[in-house]
Amino acid sequence: MAVQLTSGYARLLFAAVMTLTMAILSAQAQAGASTADHTTFKELQQPFESGPAVTQACLKCHTEAAHQVMKTPHWTWEFLNPATQQKLGKQHVLNNFCISVESNYAFCTTCHAGYGWKDHSFDFTKQENVDCLVCHDTTGKYRKQPGTGGLPPLKAIEWPPGSGKIVRPVDLQKVAQNVGKTSRDTCGACHFFGGGGDGVKHGDMDSSLAAPEANIDIHMDATGLDFICSSCHQASGHRVPGSRYAPTARDDKGKLMRGKESGRNPATCQSCHGTDPHKSTRLNSHADKIACQTCHIPKYARGGVPTKMGWDWSTAGQKGPDGKPLIKKDAKGHVIYDAKKGDFIVAENVVPEYKWFNGTVSYTLLGAKIDNSKVVPINAFEGGPDDGKSLIWPVKVMRGKQPYDPVNKTLVKPHTAGDDSTAYWKNFGWEKAIAAGMAETGLPFSGKVDFVETEMAWPITHMVAAKDESLGCVDCHGANSRLAGLPGIYMPGHSASRLLDTAGWGLAALCLVGVIGHGGIRILAARKGSEK
Amino acid sequence: MSEKIYVFKVFERIWHWSQAGLIIFLLITGFEVHGSYTLFGFQQAVDLHTIAAWSLVGLWVFAIFWHFTTGEWKQYLPTFQKVDAMIKYYAFGIFTNAPHPFKATTLKKHNPLQRLAYLGVMLFIGPLIWFTGWFYIFYDKWTEWGWDQYLSLEWVAFFHTVAAFLMLAFLIVHVYLTTAGHTPTSHIKAMITGWEEVE
Repeated sequence: MAVQLTSGYARLLFAAVMTLTMAILSAQAQAGASTADHTTFKELQQPFESGPAVTQACLKCHTEAAHQVMKTPHWTWEFLNPATQQKLGKQHVLNNFCISVESNYAFCTTCHAGYGWKDHSFDFTKQENVDCLVCHDTTGKYRKQPGTGGLPPLKAIEWPPGSGKIVRPVDLQKVAQNVGKTSRDTCGACHFFGGGGDGVKHGDMDSSLAAPEANIDIHMDATGLDFICSSCHQASGHRVPGSRYAPTARDDKGKLMRGKESGRNPATCQSCHGTDPHKSTRLNSHADKIACQTCHIPKYARGGVPTKMGWDWSTAGQKGPDGKPLIKKDAKGHVIYDAKKGDFIVAENVVPEYKWFNGTVSYTLLGAKIDNSKVVPINAFEGGPDDGKSLIWPVKVMRGKQPYDPVNKTLVKPHTAGDDSTAYWKNFGWEKAIAAGMAETGLPFSGKVDFVETEMAWPITHMVAAKDESLGCVDCHGANSRLAGLPGIYMPGHSASRLLDTAGWGLAALCLVGVIGHGGIRILAARKGSEK
Repeated sequence: MSEKIYVFKVFERIWHWSQAGLIIFLLITGFEVHGSYTLFGFQQAVDLHTIAAWSLVGLWVFAIFWHFTTGEWKQYLPTFQKVDAMIKYYAFGIFTNAPHPFKATTLKKHNPLQRLAYLGVMLFIGPLIWFTGWFYIFYDKWTEWGWDQYLSLEWVAFFHTVAAFLMLAFLIVHVYLTTAGHTPTSHIKAMITGWEEVE
């Protein structure tokens, strides 16, 4: 971009204008491409009193849609990992961000593709509870209200309470008449904001991808290729491929025709680019060991939105001089301490860490015994140089310190969000909050609370840079190699044997000293000879 | 008075100097790829090293052909005759202006130590550097050719570097010993003009 936008407001304004322009452009494109104009449908020409009422109207034509959605993790928040047989998904796992969904449903399910999941009693079989609009809205006006189990606000409310900010109601009829393909905005409404804020969780996904420039993501470049999420994550029957619970770490099968039912993950780089995309065979052969992402995503969080790298829950609860819960911000205005949550480390333009990865991720689930003398891996990327299935992947490693039960030696799920007498964010009492959270899980809690360091790895796969911004040779083949310390690879320029170097240069030095000495004596001898 | 004999033919002299240049260039680029310093930049060093290596292979093809068709290969047949005399000369005689124990002729242009040294370079350092070098160059094809189960890049690089260090050591001693002829410059002049000054 020619113009440097320094002020935050200017940037925001620019982003807003860009988003609007893109929305208009894509709406026009859609209007041209679609064979149905939903504004003309009788079923949609009525004032809807609720989200489920809209879904019922949708289902009159799209008879199978809800059944399809109900089989997917967007609905179940459950994922059975075929490799480890672990029951994963948001319902079950815990992380080192906001820790867990259980006992906090009404807030977390703001991002559920459904209506009204506030507790264990949610009915997963009711078709009208599927939220079609959250993914298919094209107006950008659809919202789900935190604390309601994912319902759109239907009258003006003040949110957050006491803030003086008014959330305007959603015009369901208008949104319903303007449904269309999913977009970066609809997917991003949840996936950009995972972990409770813009860019918090993934590092390679944040609101800068709503309308990115080429240098942020070459594929999604809003004025270039303009990919939407489903260009790669091409769904079939509402099943969206490309899960981070079971990623495709290595794809040796090459190009895949778009739309072809193959059972393969169409979101891999290779499914479009094939297995030998470079002109240089030497670069192609690097792909035997290195994931495309390793070179082509030189850094993450490149779009001006920082991502959380560290989160220390143990310092939460501090009050400011005014007696109110303390909040601290850094020079750029990013929150680095919040009494509700503790200390944060945030960062932009982050160089990833690298791991051998074969696609299998094993989790430390609730109830598993932990070793509190070490950093607890909340998840572990499996793989190594010799299993024939692994490649070296860039990862974001989120480092945290979070509550655990020092008697039972298990991680815990605290009750954080809610307007009740135990929620941590309202009452600032860990024992009560964890007792309430654990009661919901049915697992034991000793009543004692301590904090343990944890780590969690996130694969970096978005924010693919333009090719001239990808890594160069010396980023790995140099003294400060990015892949330093990884087993099973020899990198010329980095991995030389110290012993051999000492011996080799020693030999050369000996030879040099020897010939200089020999020559010196010859010169001296010749001088003596001529003196005689 | 000294006399002059013709020891190095035109081809030999071209071979020698282009080989010398290529080997020095290969050492410079090779140790950069190895990680010892930065000069051309890693990628360019790799490219230049590869080009120079193939050039040297080409040169060797000509040299081997020349040696066999001219019978000059016999110059490198090892002999232990007078090796002790040569060692004694380099260790003592050279300092006291003693006569050189070896007199070069057109038929025997290398002294016995030279023969042994050059044969060592050709039969040990050479093959070590060529085989490891080719394995290195064709690393991209290992999987395709099924070589990856027998070779590891780490060991290929290790032995290639061992050979490079030996070549460097040879180069240092060799350059110095060019001054140990009848006069300090007579060997060098011979390799340039073909004519060696002998006693």
